[in-house]
Amino acid sequence: MRPGKMIKEVLRSIIKKPATNLYPAEELAMPHNFRGKLIFHPEKCVGCKLCMKDCPTGAITINKVGEKQFQAVIDLGKCIYCAQCVDSCLKKALETTKNVELAQLDANKLKVTFSGESKTGIENKTP
Amino acid sequence: MHKPEPDKFKIPVGPQHPALKEPEGFSVALKGEKIMGLEIRLGYNHRGIEKACEERTYIQDLYLIERVCGICSHSHSTCFVQAVEEIAAVEVPKRALYIRTLIGELERVHSHLLWLGVAGHEIGFDTLLMYAWRDREIVMDLLALITGNRVNYGMNTIGGVRRDISKEQAEEVLKGINILEERTKYYIEIATQETTIIKRLSGVGIISHEDALKLDAVGPTARASGVNRDVRYNDPYAAYGEITFNVITDTHNDVYGRTLVRVKELMESYQIIRQCLKKIPDGPILTKVPRKIPIGEATSRYEAPRGEDVHYVKSNGSEKPERVKIRAPTLANIQAVKHMLKDRFLADMPIVIAAIDPCFSCTDRSVSLENPGDRNKEIMTWHALRTYSIEWYKKQGIDFTELNNNLKNKLERR
Amino acid sequence: MIKALFSILIFPGFLFVSVFGLFAEFFDRKIYARLQNRVGPPWFQTFADFIKLLAKEDIVPCEANPRMFGLAPIFALASVITVFLYIPLWKTETLFSFNGDIIMVLYLLTVPTLAFFIGGWYSTSLFARIGSVRCVTQLFAYEVPLFMSILAAALLANSWSLVDIVIFYTRHPLYCLFNLIGFGISLIALLGKLEKTPFDIPEAETEIVAGAFTEYSGRLLAILRLTIDIEMVVGSALLVAVFFPFGLTLAPITGFVVFMAEIMFVIALLSLLRTVVARLRIDQMINFCWKYMVPLAIFQLLLNLTLKRILM
Repeated sequence: MRPGKMIKEVLRSIIKKPATNLYPAEELAMPHNFRGKLIFHPEKCVGCKLCMKDCPTGAITINKVGEKQFQAVIDLGKCIYCAQCVDSCLKKALETTKNVELAQLDANKLKVTFSGESKTGIENKTP
Repeated sequence: MHKPEPDKFKIPVGPQHPALKEPEGFSVALKGEKIMGLEIRLGYNHRGIEKACEERTYIQDLYLIERVCGICSHSHSTCFVQAVEEIAAVEVPKRALYIRTLIGELERVHSHLLWLGVAGHEIGFDTLLMYAWRDREIVMDLLALITGNRVNYGMNTIGGVRRDISKEQAEEVLKGINILEERTKYYIEIATQETTIIKRLSGVGIISHEDALKLDAVGPTARASGVNRDVRYNDPYAAYGEITFNVITDTHNDVYGRTLVRVKELMESYQIIRQCLKKIPDGPILTKVPRKIPIGEATSRYEAPRGEDVHYVKSNGSEKPERVKIRAPTLANIQAVKHMLKDRFLADMPIVIAAIDPCFSCTDRSVSLENPGDRNKEIMTWHALRTYSIEWYKKQGIDFTELNNNLKNKLERR
Repeated sequence: MIKALFSILIFPGFLFVSVFGLFAEFFDRKIYARLQNRVGPPWFQTFADFIKLLAKEDIVPCEANPRMFGLAPIFALASVITVFLYIPLWKTETLFSFNGDIIMVLYLLTVPTLAFFIGGWYSTSLFARIGSVRCVTQLFAYEVPLFMSILAAALLANSWSLVDIVIFYTRHPLYCLFNLIGFGISLIALLGKLEKTPFDIPEAETEIVAGAFTEYSGRLLAILRLTIDIEMVVGSALLVAVFFPFGLTLAPITGFVVFMAEIMFVIALLSLLRTVVARLRIDQMINFCWKYMVPLAIFQLLLNLTLKRILM
């Protein structure tokens, strides 16, 4: 038994750099297969709606907007970032990104619509 | 003014209390600093997960089950997946089993390091908390590297795993494990030599070998009382059958013993991870399983970091399970807490509760008892249930007849 | 008259010691964090916390005795600030020095603990009551060795006046070495007085929430926290003045800076001590104090008495 057994390690820490991550002042690196915000490629979608079926929270909705044209509405507030939809999609129309900074003050803005033109999705406006 | 009883003081520890990280009610009757009685009230965080499982498909359930517990999410999802695979009679590829084992052990490492920190905090040793959690970041990063996320790994799917592990990742894991092994050796040194830690831990929360058996303690809590019980060893699942490791037991019977068991299990885990990475075969990681699971039922056991986790799944042939039942390890251990705190001090309460590594939110299930007279047929007597279970195991190829006869003879001889 | 008012209200009284106390808390927290390999708070954190608390609502529990509940923190604060007036800071003299002031200083340092007890007891919260009882139980354990070791040093200096003790030890700096045991004991006892690990039993967060302070909020809590910060400064300053009061004979500014540095050194030692141990249980704490610290303190007393015979 020795009281103050950690004292050596503790004193060594004084000269060491702190282990704290200084987020948000310094950016955090995400692992390469990180499951962040989803993006949707409308040109690849065939409208099978398997992603809708498998989504555990019902965060994704695929709407038909025209002949062989689909748009996806993803509710980032409901999404649990499990990426099951990415696995379920047979045509690889869905993809995860490393984007994690998705906080919004307005809940409506969490609903993101992906259609023809936009790659990153359009945030819904406050009604 | 508030007038308490003349010699007894009842203080509420929980549902909101700094010692508990989750809502749970303990009502402690005190006489001075001594605990005279303890009432445990579970159920503050009932989330209706079992019912919710019945309303979702198996694939959706995976992610729901994973969220039963934030710390042992892989344990719960593996346990569930094993049950479903048993019903569907799927042959899971070897590589997938090894990856499951690997993630399971990494999870155990992070859970035990987390516990070490929490235990340090409960006895007012915040430095240990800070260091243990700093080192825990290494294993968290490894988990993130392999699975993509720090918690809720989303690794399991019915019939295998979702992500493969590359050569580079395996090397990273080995590198991280080497650092962690050094650190764990240091923590073993600290735990066995630092006077204040020993003073606070030894002799606290004693539960004897007999009581541990009687109260059905599981996991490190039981193993610290000399109960040699580990599902990984006794009923190997995933790839544990092909891996050699020791079941760590201890005879201290107290919180100190539980600490030792956990830190030594860390060392075992590193060995298992190394073996996993060495023996992992090449091949596919997923067998396709139809969305509809055939009619059947299965129980599955898994040695979560906190103890034995049991899942029961009943399928009715549709895409959704008919019934899912989860028995989280804390439920088995919580009864022991009351026993451990007998005649102890108030100051021991946080560490004794923490020593079973409680996960209260995972534990909370609701059971409604209907009038037994109405549905007599549904209720089995103890004897009928026992016969049924023996028959059930016989079908699985495990025969208990001989074992039972031996036991009977032994009892008669007494 | 104006000089007295100035020294009570501004320097080294209320204003200076408050700012210094808050800075000392920051220093303590920063050292604690760096020892734990963390970054720690920015320099203005403790000031910001203090101002924020001042702006918050004071809540007095219905069942509490409002007068005692409100007065206890003020008594505590007043007593610790008074102590600071008796400690020589930049020269070997203080405003109200008299022969026997070291006894008064020690007793005034006990007042905050009693005030915490009264505040906690009259707030009628269950946690606060247990905390306040622990406060007083602990008081009896650490106070005896603390008094004995400080008075042992005073015995060697042959004076009950802080100023005389300071003058004695600046003249004979090597005599300080005899008091090393006493310094160690009083450092550990000071941890008990300041309710820091391993003796943070009265406010053990994981057991009884915040102990005696559980029901305090707003301005009263701000005062209590300020009291503890000032107590830390005052306690360290007392230890410096009694055990190694070097530098006070230098020019006033240099002497002041050296003295402050010495106080910071003691605070750093306190942080280091509380970093490397776990919290003890109350019974273990009392055992430790009476079994190890008191005999050592008695040894120090006897040693100093013998030394006095030999050397003088």
